[in-house]
Amino acid sequence: MSKKTPDALDTATTEIAPPSRWNIALKEMLGGSVVISILSVLSALVVGAILIAVTDPGVHKAVGYFAARPTSTFQAIWDSIFGAYSSLFQGSVYNFRRPEFATGIKPLTETLTFATPLIVAGLGVALAFRVGLFNIGGRGQMLIAAACAGYVGFTWQLPPVIHLIVAVLAGIIGGALWAGIVGVLKARTGAHEVIVTIMLNYIAFYLVSWMLRTQGFLQAPGSNNPKTAPILETAVMPKLLGPSYNLNTGFLLVIALTIFVAWLLSRSSLGFQFRAVGENPNAARFAGIRVDRMYIYAMLFSGGLIAVAGVIQVLGVVPAGFSSGIDAGIGFDAITVALLGRAKPWGVFFAGILFGAFKAGGFAMQAAEGIPIDIVLVVQSLIVLFIAAPPLIRALFRLPVPAGEPKPVSLRRPRVKAVTR
Amino acid sequence: MSQTTTPVTSTVVLKSWKAPIAFGIFTVVSFVIFILLNTGASTNFRLSTESDFIQLPAIDLPALGTGIFVTALLFAMTVLSFFFSNKGKSSPIWMISAFGFFFMVGFLTWAGADGSILIPGLLLGTVGLSIPLIFGALGGIISERVGVINIAIEGQLLAGAFVSAMVATLTGSPYLGLVSAMVAGMLVSFVLATFSVKYLVDQVIVGVVLNVLVLGLTSFLYSQVLSKNTAVLNSPPRFDRIDIPVLSQIPIIGPVLFRQTLIVYLMYIIVAVVAYALFKTKWGLRLRSVGEHPMAADTVGINVAATRFWNVALAGAIAGIGGAYFTLGSVGAFQKEMTAGAGFIALAAVIFGRWDPIRATLAALLFGFASNLQNVLSIIGSPVPSEFMLMLPYVVTIFAVAGFVGRVRGPAAAGKPYTKS
Amino acid sequence: MKLELRNITKRFGQLTANDHISLVAKPGKIHALVGENGAGKSTLMNVLFGLYQADEGEILLDDVVQQFSGPGDAMAAGIGMVHQHFMLIPVFTVAENVMLGHEQTTRGGRLDIEAARQLVLDVSSRFGFDIDPDALVGDLPVGVQQRVEIIKALARDAQVLIFDEPTAVLTPQETDELMVIMKQLRDSGTAIIFITHKLREVREVADEITVIRLGKVVGEASPTATNTELAEMMVGRAVQLKVDKGPAKLGADALVVESLTVLDPTGMAVVNDVSFTIRAGEIVCIAGVQGNGQTELTEAIMGLAHHVSGSISLDGESLVGKSVRHILDAGVGFVPEDRTEDGLVGSFTIAENLMLDRSHGAPFVRAGALQLKTLTEFATETSKEFDVRSQGITSKASQLSGGNQQKIVLARELSRDLKLFVAAQPTRGIDVGSIEFVHKRIVQTRDSGIPVLVVSSELDEVVALADRIAVMYRGRIVGIVPADTPRAVLGLMMAGEVPAGVAA
Repeated sequence: MSKKTPDALDTATTEIAPPSRWNIALKEMLGGSVVISILSVLSALVVGAILIAVTDPGVHKAVGYFAARPTSTFQAIWDSIFGAYSSLFQGSVYNFRRPEFATGIKPLTETLTFATPLIVAGLGVALAFRVGLFNIGGRGQMLIAAACAGYVGFTWQLPPVIHLIVAVLAGIIGGALWAGIVGVLKARTGAHEVIVTIMLNYIAFYLVSWMLRTQGFLQAPGSNNPKTAPILETAVMPKLLGPSYNLNTGFLLVIALTIFVAWLLSRSSLGFQFRAVGENPNAARFAGIRVDRMYIYAMLFSGGLIAVAGVIQVLGVVPAGFSSGIDAGIGFDAITVALLGRAKPWGVFFAGILFGAFKAGGFAMQAAEGIPIDIVLVVQSLIVLFIAAPPLIRALFRLPVPAGEPKPVSLRRPRVKAVTR
Repeated sequence: MSQTTTPVTSTVVLKSWKAPIAFGIFTVVSFVIFILLNTGASTNFRLSTESDFIQLPAIDLPALGTGIFVTALLFAMTVLSFFFSNKGKSSPIWMISAFGFFFMVGFLTWAGADGSILIPGLLLGTVGLSIPLIFGALGGIISERVGVINIAIEGQLLAGAFVSAMVATLTGSPYLGLVSAMVAGMLVSFVLATFSVKYLVDQVIVGVVLNVLVLGLTSFLYSQVLSKNTAVLNSPPRFDRIDIPVLSQIPIIGPVLFRQTLIVYLMYIIVAVVAYALFKTKWGLRLRSVGEHPMAADTVGINVAATRFWNVALAGAIAGIGGAYFTLGSVGAFQKEMTAGAGFIALAAVIFGRWDPIRATLAALLFGFASNLQNVLSIIGSPVPSEFMLMLPYVVTIFAVAGFVGRVRGPAAAGKPYTKS
Repeated sequence: MKLELRNITKRFGQLTANDHISLVAKPGKIHALVGENGAGKSTLMNVLFGLYQADEGEILLDDVVQQFSGPGDAMAAGIGMVHQHFMLIPVFTVAENVMLGHEQTTRGGRLDIEAARQLVLDVSSRFGFDIDPDALVGDLPVGVQQRVEIIKALARDAQVLIFDEPTAVLTPQETDELMVIMKQLRDSGTAIIFITHKLREVREVADEITVIRLGKVVGEASPTATNTELAEMMVGRAVQLKVDKGPAKLGADALVVESLTVLDPTGMAVVNDVSFTIRAGEIVCIAGVQGNGQTELTEAIMGLAHHVSGSISLDGESLVGKSVRHILDAGVGFVPEDRTEDGLVGSFTIAENLMLDRSHGAPFVRAGALQLKTLTEFATETSKEFDVRSQGITSKASQLSGGNQQKIVLARELSRDLKLFVAAQPTRGIDVGSIEFVHKRIVQTRDSGIPVLVVSSELDEVVALADRIAVMYRGRIVGIVPADTPRAVLGLMMAGEVPAGVAA
């Protein structure tokens, strides 16, 4: 420990020139969220690459004669990783094996198709986050929304456009109310929303499963399978770029909703109250904001947004009728999307597109290289883990630590240096 | 001259009407279903299987008579409960248990009318389904009692199931499989503890993401490696059933409890040890102090971070045993997503059991009973759709967290990262 | 055992909380460490107790340099601490709390509760405490909990005992008892460090006094020093405890509270049959030791409390059962006692905090949309008027000092059209300059004809501000007395005694 006199300390600080503005800006960028996000994605992809290489049969074979020809092992590793990630890229952005642009670009539209429900469900989770609520109930809300929208979609007879609008609204209302239960329980009884949403996921699943195998509810008339009838033509979301692309008009709806949520959170009275409750519920209550109502409204909005994801699945992605797997894991993916997007609407938008790309590319990778799509789950969850712990990424890449950042907690007692006199 | 006001602390008794109201609702349900909607003549209850040492005769209960008897009994208990509440007392636990038991008798008689229910089979299935829930719940209790919310029970179970299947197959030893399952659960816990204790990441987020990560990893490795080499990697030997002399010959419960595999006997020991150690030993006292008031624990020289870290690891190891039960105790080979939400039911048992090992074990048994009842009833063709039976644990948990089943209070500091400055 | 601190320095980022502090505590002496809130007393003690690591300096016990890497080390060396916020686990029994950290076990690792119970009884009997070792700590009154803290330290043979602001939560009577205990400990040879900002207590028990200000030792004083001398050392200049205020111009009865009773969730009456009236243009101060129902009283007025019976009316309009929003809109301004918890959203900007309780309508919201331009203008103007010192109105509230934070709360409330102003502990933990500012604005508010209710546990503040004083004890108003009532009488009332001639 240095034993400077106060005077020496003062002169020491005055002699050091203040850091230049560029230096500060650079430091903030390096320590800041953008770089952390990018490095998190990279690190997760590296882990994914290791997994792919380690489990690749070609690599296994090459390792067998590693002593004789070590280079072929490295060649095999490179082949497996390059093959995987290039098919991931070609399946999600641009397919170079196609001659003309119109078919080459199809993977990108697939990415957007997968991203569409991810973004809107992510917005729902993010909105709840901003109010201090953790909505893990995306699966249940999507299922209920799908059931409502689907029921309207294949049983009611309505003119085109109107039918679609009514079906979409039915889904949104269903999902919002299902999430609203959570808000009401939280507001009235203080029940923890994490527990309630988890439980409601299963309740929704069994409820919809039962309706799917029960005539008069969701089961296709005269069928024995737990599956619905196809959605009537009048309620199907039209394709956005013609029949050869899967991208549907739901994407436009999602862009509109992103703009709406961005406005809601930063520019509206309700959003202000949402954020106040999310940041400090006590102060909000003391300022006359009805915290319990905000919880209910937030869950209604959150559920309504996530419901749109379910609606898009039913009316846009698989209009031929659905079964109980219609949520396709989107409810959980939405949590990772919201976290990657740091609960900011446009952040969620781009995070959704990234994860959409992983999904689109993951299917291509599975088809081309035989690598199970589950690797996408691994990469996604690793990204979120890394992003949640900036100190870890900073330590890995030796980045500067910004001021005011809480230091990681040591498990050991700090070692006190011996003091010599 | 002064006079002293007598320090008056007047207390007004706030009465709770939740228990009598809940009783009342169930009594009405009982009246409507067991009496008004009763169509059957009688229900046959078989109390022994052929292999039992002592054979008990089967019992025939008249459907309507039992319905009337049960409803009258429930009504009496409801009145008694109103009486208790009116005096400001809570309804005693024996009454709640008795209420549950008689309601269940009424329910079984009604649901199984004109059929036959094998009671030992029902109970044996219950224990089987409950084992992983109990281990998972114990893991949850230890983790949450030390202040780390454990949403990752599902991941710990799944990791345990996967690794134990692989190791047991490779080594041919279910014992090594069991140990490796504990290690696997502990590894998941290490990640949970590292992120939540060291990097102060929100514990719920880490838990949720970890579940996705483990799901992704095991599914990926299963598809990529295990399913291609089933004989070498995924044909684990199972534990044999061991008869405990004398005890296994007790009618009804003997074969259910004492003709089981090693894992079940391990469960008895671990439940007893945890229940004892948590409240009667130094380890338990320190663990609970860290979960209730970490700062206070710190000021008496307890290392909060290390206590949390290692106990979360222990929790993972115990949950891992539950995972091993899927592969080494019941099903056999590992399958994708084979835990199917058991981790979340275990979480429900933690809450419903109010963070107490014994109560949580009973809750897990109750949930196991509900899902096994569904199996049994679907075979004899019961009037209740199986989905509604499967929903039961989740519905019950929502009622529990909403405070309808007594006050639920978790460890005060659970979910809160601890830092000093 | 002699304890010596040499040149202890502790920094938190930019802030130097302790700057080369040295002091010596001798066995058989009570060493008072005095200073304003935020002067760095508690930080110093946390360093001493091993909770924080010092950046510089050393700790010596009987002239041997100590290296504490945690509270366990400090305790093993013989240092015990009675914390300001009790370090007790509410769901544990007294015995369990006392044994925690140095548990004895019997066969099979079983906790030796019997030994702990005996230890509690032994220590208790030495000081004449009557404590049930099997009682749950959470069920005990605050004064008794403090004794459990003392037992906890003594059970570990502490030779040096630190009391960190021990009287903040005690009644004058309990305080007197604590003083007796401290003297008793001193006479048995314990070295005591007594941290406080209450000068009367210092002069009663201290043998030596060290004054610190802004993290530095500014001097030592003898126990014979006067209050004024000590106060001057604490704040660095002549203090004016008096607030300039003319006689009140009283108007009609404005706030009328009648038979107000508030129950807590367990059914205890925390405010018990309270009645008082505040007239327009008058400041009524609620005096009393913290935790005697003042918080619940203000919360009941604001519509924040549950289980409220009786009546509260403002200019004839009843406020009981109304929502917080309704009460705020009816013209009640409120400064909550815990500004960081209840008064501000730390991560919001100054501007956002200034509109916090007007987030639903004019002037900052039109047709559901925020009027950011109006807000910017308002915030710029108001923060100038209230002397909020910051980088600008987009600074986050959490980055400001306590005094500036309080000015934001004050600015927000006083910039509305008020019919009643309620301020709870308006100057707690803020610097002297801000205190004067806050007091000036409160008096200005009164002079503009608004009834003002101030709740304060600082008797000096109460005496300086009040036109009338109501003293609360255990949920009741013991009496309402004029502002010139002698302190001795107020002190008695704070302990629940009703002096003759005072209408209860």
